[in-house]
Amino acid sequence: MSHKLNHSMSLAKPDSNGLSVKQKIAVAIGVVGLFILVLALLNTEFSNKSLFLTLALVLISVGTIIFSNDAYLNKSKGIKNDGVWFKSISSRGILGWITGIILTLFYIVLYFYPHLLGLGKNGESNTGLIALFDPLSFLLSGRPASQWFVYGTLYTVAILVFGYKFLLKYRHNRYEQIRTGSVMFFQLAFAFLIPEFMYRLNSNLPYYDLKSIWPLNYYNFERYRINQFIDAGDIGLALLIFGIVSIFIITPILTYKYGKRWYCSWVCGCGALAETAGDSFRQLSDKRQVAWKIERWVIHSVLVFVVLMTTAVIYSYLGKDTSKYWLTRDMFLGLVAGFLTLIFALTMIYKRKELGKDARYGAIGYFVIILALIGLHYFSSDTKLFLFKSETLRTTYGFLIGSIFSGVIGTGFYPIFGSRVWCRFGCPMAAILGFQQRMFSKFRITTNGGQCISCGNCSTYCEMGIDVRAYAQKGENIVRSSCVGCGICSAVCPRGVLKLENDSMKGRINPNEILLGNDVDLMDLVNKK
Amino acid sequence: MEHVVIIGNGISGVTAARHIRKLSDKKITIISAETDYFFSRTALMYVYMGHMKFEHTQPYENWFWKKNKIDLKKGFVKAIDTASKTLLFAEGDTLQYDKLIIATGSKPNKFGWPGQDLNGVMGMYHKQDLDTLEKYAPNNKVCKRAVIVGGGLIGIELAEMLKSRNIPVTFLVRESSFWNGVLPDNESEMINRHIKSHHIDLRLNTNLKEIISDENGKVKSVITKETGEEIPCDVVGLTAGVSPNIDFIKDSNIETNRGVKVNRFLETNIPDVYAIGDCAEQNEGIDQRRPIEAVWYTGRMMGETVAQTICGNRIQYKPGQWFNSAKFLDIEYQTYGWVFSKPREHEAHFHWKHEDDTKCITVSYHKDTNQFLGINTFGIRMRHETFDTWLTEKRGVDYVIEHLSEANFDPEFYKTFELEILQAYKNQLQTA
Repeated sequence: MSHKLNHSMSLAKPDSNGLSVKQKIAVAIGVVGLFILVLALLNTEFSNKSLFLTLALVLISVGTIIFSNDAYLNKSKGIKNDGVWFKSISSRGILGWITGIILTLFYIVLYFYPHLLGLGKNGESNTGLIALFDPLSFLLSGRPASQWFVYGTLYTVAILVFGYKFLLKYRHNRYEQIRTGSVMFFQLAFAFLIPEFMYRLNSNLPYYDLKSIWPLNYYNFERYRINQFIDAGDIGLALLIFGIVSIFIITPILTYKYGKRWYCSWVCGCGALAETAGDSFRQLSDKRQVAWKIERWVIHSVLVFVVLMTTAVIYSYLGKDTSKYWLTRDMFLGLVAGFLTLIFALTMIYKRKELGKDARYGAIGYFVIILALIGLHYFSSDTKLFLFKSETLRTTYGFLIGSIFSGVIGTGFYPIFGSRVWCRFGCPMAAILGFQQRMFSKFRITTNGGQCISCGNCSTYCEMGIDVRAYAQKGENIVRSSCVGCGICSAVCPRGVLKLENDSMKGRINPNEILLGNDVDLMDLVNKK
Repeated sequence: MEHVVIIGNGISGVTAARHIRKLSDKKITIISAETDYFFSRTALMYVYMGHMKFEHTQPYENWFWKKNKIDLKKGFVKAIDTASKTLLFAEGDTLQYDKLIIATGSKPNKFGWPGQDLNGVMGMYHKQDLDTLEKYAPNNKVCKRAVIVGGGLIGIELAEMLKSRNIPVTFLVRESSFWNGVLPDNESEMINRHIKSHHIDLRLNTNLKEIISDENGKVKSVITKETGEEIPCDVVGLTAGVSPNIDFIKDSNIETNRGVKVNRFLETNIPDVYAIGDCAEQNEGIDQRRPIEAVWYTGRMMGETVAQTICGNRIQYKPGQWFNSAKFLDIEYQTYGWVFSKPREHEAHFHWKHEDDTKCITVSYHKDTNQFLGINTFGIRMRHETFDTWLTEKRGVDYVIEHLSEANFDPEFYKTFELEILQAYKNQLQTA
């Protein structure tokens, strides 16, 4: 049996899980739509761009919709993961590898060689694929398309059509349906349409996806953006203040009440793509303990990096003279150091027990590094901060994290490493929200006493690579900083063992030995508590 | 250093080993002929269905055992010499123990049907059964039809497995309705309809007469007892229950009946020999439980208990309130307390079914005292802890029905039915 599963690298599928006739037709329709985009990419001149763009997007969508209908609507409601590990696309087979490589190449071109997609340089008009999207861009914001507009459109279409597929697949599960409706809405309205409309109404404003919060939009406090915000008058200032408020006030409150899922699996665009287009790949995330160790170090390092980088960037355009502006370089650094010290102190005083030994060492280590770097500045007269120029830090972050990690690897490698690679290993926003979730949040996944049969569906389908089963079989609530609250562990459990809940802070971590173990003198145990 | 040897690497044996390790630094050896590492037997079906790979059914990574100094030995124990505390292996070697835990689990029942050992005939219990099924039923070209004999939990799981590969299934059930020895009629009938809605050819009141071989010693068809009908098939699944897997013990001094006889401390008649899990047989059932319980969680509890005893804290096996769960195709089932298929004397049932025919509950209570005795739920998840508390506190049935929403464990935003259930309960009282 198992020897067979390993053969999924071969083109010959082990079992009769082929496509139905309807699905083959659907694939053909979708491929025709994609082919129009490829023709555009090869600089084919379309006489009527609006028509062919519409045609391409409609054909892709219709193909996906017909495919999904045939896959799910003629089966009864319920979990339908049959054959996931036999299909080449979803088990790191050859189709998975091809898809991964194509996506990765697309991202490389998108980020580093947009002229290959037809982006007009120095005010020249667009050609190729990007020109095909010009009519839509003019319609929405009155300017020609950029490579980001093309990407944003395709991204939104992907979330909408795969969101539809997800809705069908989980049509027995209202949590999944409402959550998916939410991510589809936020992508379409907040990430795609509203910023374009904002540009049309006030073209001085920087392009601003309102739901994108620092440090996910690490560029939000750069000089050019701050200038744009301030130049745009009251609206700009309001947006700037909203940006700051969302970090320090809105986010912690919502995370306290609902866990980080309010953002990661209900609002965030990266999460939206992972939950919809990435759903077929969620089982590929690595559950080994070593992956967990790597995850914790990498994600927190990215967070430290983004904090340093943003501090350096803001520092670089602040002055020294208090008479010009109250916020000076020294004062800013002092504020940052003070804030970080406060968070660190509060954590160590009140929540030390909740941190593992290595997490404690890690926190201390990072804290010392940051303070040392800030201190270093005070004692050196160098104009550079943190031994690097802020510009160097910024471009390094933008290249390594903003492009390579979140784009090229994060999405391009869906079919290899699973759908939440970026969210799990890289996203500094997830790190902050996760810290809040771990330290203070009413959210947890509760387990249902002794009903767990250790089957492993929950762990297998956890896109964040959490070994859910390890908690469930102990009857222990799951309070993990990486959990994005997608709810799939609860959905795939055949015994109804897992439930996502917001409840009081008390007793949120509790191995429930009463129900699991022997020697149940229940009343004694209950009264003891 | 005392050497604890455990035969069987299922949930019972592995739990025992883990807890002995937690409590002591004794030398521990786990023996299995089935697989190298512990896996969750209940998840085998998902491997065939392609939901998981076999490695996903292993709750612990392979380095776990070495790190925790638990030795794993692959071998088949042929005989136990309790006088010299020696195990004899089929491979010819031997192993000395100081304490022995027998945790060999179950094997599928065979009732002497003609043809029951043909190629293509299998149970669905061991890893090897899965390998066999993969060989004889890889797809619906090789296996044009499968017949399943026996209407229990494993039978319906096997049916679900085969249907996931579009293999037509005929399901022979001896009883007049699926699993109605355990489920009350209403529930059992709802599951009958659910099975049929998945295009499974469910034959109730039907027994197997014999299995016919082709010229190569492989199954060709089965013949039913009642009508003598011949059903052509390529695979036959025998799922008529399981019994303790203890053949190799029968010649030893260890007392056996259907299983290995143990007292409440899980001790056999021989000092330093214990038996836990599916293969252990209590002298008499605890509470209303049966002497042999082939259930995942009782195996786990026995493992914990025997670990305590072996590590110097001799305690009784006390399994607490009965609970269990299963999944019938797309319908989840949970039970807490006791709901018998036919209400016993002084017992009454309250039944509610949703109009969509996939959700229902049955509440069992004492006719005279109104004490809540147990609940079966289908399609609605319930909170174990709440029912455990209510059962222990001996709550009345009125209280339970009125507070049912506290016990709801369905995911957020799910439709709730507590009001409808309460209404139905009140209506029933008025008409009764």
